[in-house]
Amino acid sequence: MPDSAWVADSAAAVPARTAVARHSALVRVTHWITTVCFLALLVSGIEIVISHPRFYWGEAGNVLTPPLFKLPIPASRASVPTGYGYVLPDQNGWSRYLHFQSAWLVVLSGLLYVIYSFFSGHLRKDLLPGEADLSWRRFSSAIADHLRFKRPTEEEARSYNLLQRLTYLFVIFALFPLVIWTGLAMSPAFASVFPAAVSVLGGQQSARTIHFFVSLLLFAFLLVHVMMIWFAGFKKCTRAMIVGNSGQDKESR
Amino acid sequence: MSEISRRKLITTGIAAAAGVSGLAVSKNLAERHGLIPPDGGGFYGPGETLTYAAQRILAKHSMAREFSPSEISKPPFANPVDPLGAAFKRLREGRFADWRLAVDGMVARPASFSLAELKSQPSRTQITHLACEEGWSYIAQWTGVPLAHVLDLVGVLPQAKFVVYFSFQHDWWDSLDMAEALHPQTLVAYGMNGGDLPVGNGGPLRLRVPRQLGYKNVKFITRLTVTDDLKQFGQGLGSASPEGGYAWYAGV
Repeated sequence: MPDSAWVADSAAAVPARTAVARHSALVRVTHWITTVCFLALLVSGIEIVISHPRFYWGEAGNVLTPPLFKLPIPASRASVPTGYGYVLPDQNGWSRYLHFQSAWLVVLSGLLYVIYSFFSGHLRKDLLPGEADLSWRRFSSAIADHLRFKRPTEEEARSYNLLQRLTYLFVIFALFPLVIWTGLAMSPAFASVFPAAVSVLGGQQSARTIHFFVSLLLFAFLLVHVMMIWFAGFKKCTRAMIVGNSGQDKESR
Repeated sequence: MSEISRRKLITTGIAAAAGVSGLAVSKNLAERHGLIPPDGGGFYGPGETLTYAAQRILAKHSMAREFSPSEISKPPFANPVDPLGAAFKRLREGRFADWRLAVDGMVARPASFSLAELKSQPSRTQITHLACEEGWSYIAQWTGVPLAHVLDLVGVLPQAKFVVYFSFQHDWWDSLDMAEALHPQTLVAYGMNGGDLPVGNGGPLRLRVPRQLGYKNVKFITRLTVTDDLKQFGQGLGSASPEGGYAWYAGV
């Protein structure tokens, strides 16, 4: 079906306002699935950590072995010496069920997103930096623009800038795979199938410690991401991620 | 209606129908192959089922990692002992000579073994990692009779699907599917780090399941029941753990 038929058809029905498409349907759906899952993983992950707020390096670690570091918080189990005179309510049961269910959902929707990104051109067009962008000069000017909170022009705002592209690539292809890997490495059954995937990390306690730090980085990304959206126009950006366009039409820009 | 929206409607309809029937078919297949855990219903059912099914397919025969003696946790891990009551105290004073492990249910020859009888059976010693769901862990050397051997002695009937195990602590019981029960590293353990299994670690008898988390390794076991249906035990969720809010399958 020719495109012109659709334009003519809709032009008859709606006054001539063709909104600029910003995000495709699949990107929008997987974005919000990831949002919900990440918040669930964050809350349940915090609850799980509270039951033993000590971290170790190597294969094994417990209250009788020296920790790598301790979080200065009370615990939800009486067996952990925290220095606090009380024990928090134990919420591990539902937290674990929720953590693993959200993990499945976010991994499956993430896989769908990555496969789509490869085949639809989303990765090449929207995420990989253009050849012209790959220089230290462009990189430093992008950082300088960010530090000065320079607002992008309307044209610039239609695609991701260099720092955004690099950050998204890092989150999608480094942090997410690493958090999934270290999460799986804590599983005794997974370790029995892929022992090398645990030993290269330094052991199951090392995997737990790395999992914690990668989660912190992902949480930092979330904070900066929301801050940037606030700065760029919360309503406009959120609308674009929900309905696909930012509500501005080509003619009136 | 414009052509594009009609086409979109038809594709969406076909996709939805395919999705629904795909789910129904996979649920059927999963049920037939025993890939749905006893706590696979409810809100968290899909996640639990995916985890259990994926690992039953991937990790049916995989072996838990075994470590060298130098990797045994020092100092040896010891749990604070819960008060176990006067009856346990009497058994302990008698060096557990009167401790029995009953085996019943779907078996040809129900039996009851004393500690000495179990120790006279072929044993297996392995250095494995025990991780608690809280996050801590330790490595120890465990000695015991493979559960598969105990089940051999009593003759498990072919229709058996699960082994339920009960503790001296009445609120602690659990179950394994046959893949885990017959796994060579699943032990009825009576020894740790070269000595008798300390009471703090579950002595005199503990079910040691190294491919699952600590809470699946029930301490002070007194009875094994072989069954094809977990519905008749407790709330029908396969163990005391889901009743307390924890997953039945702890291979994670």
